[in-house]
Amino acid sequence: MTVLVSILMVLGALFCLIAAIGVYRMPDLYMRMHAATKAGAFGGSLLVLAAAFHFGTPRSFIMAVLIIGFFYLTAPIAAQVFGLAAYRRGLGLWEHSKVDELGKALAEETDDDQDSQ
Amino acid sequence: MFFDAEDPVFGVALAITSIIFLAAIVPIIYRIVRGPTVFDRIVALDLFAGICLGIIVALAIRFDQPVFLEVAFVIALVGFLGTVALARYLERGGNE
Repeated sequence: MTVLVSILMVLGALFCLIAAIGVYRMPDLYMRMHAATKAGAFGGSLLVLAAAFHFGTPRSFIMAVLIIGFFYLTAPIAAQVFGLAAYRRGLGLWEHSKVDELGKALAEETDDDQDSQ
Repeated sequence: MFFDAEDPVFGVALAITSIIFLAAIVPIIYRIVRGPTVFDRIVALDLFAGICLGIIVALAIRFDQPVFLEVAFVIALVGFLGTVALARYLERGGNE
């Protein structure tokens, strides 16, 4: 059991490190968010799972499921709201980015508003 | 010593975990300090909350304290509220 806990712990910390390197290296905000939200949440989940196996009680397993569940429930909401806010404030994409579907959707939205007036 | 667990494998794993977390904090601090925009700083702070959750869980394992998991639970619950609040504020044209 210690081996399993050790592997999960080191793996979770490694995923946190990958997320941190992504936040450091990626060229624009949206890619940084991509690195931070996915890898960071996964690394934290692995560590919580390691704690659940370490204690091995039903209470700790329930706690681990709750933590992972709420983490995965709230992290995408925060990222979505935050990315939309940044885009509306005019924060551009990386110069080599090719697809910008939100820009198209927002442009159509404003066109519709003008048509109805 | 801090890493003197009964099992040597466990002690080594704890040491490696701690070093990796320390290494992960450095690029995040760089991003918080350098920006370049306020949005980048908030993303880095959000990830910092996640890493704090990981560190607290690692401490819970090291000191055999299941109560620390509840702290991690609270961080998972309310950690995103600050990000959402700042996003709403900045969306409406708040000061950077």
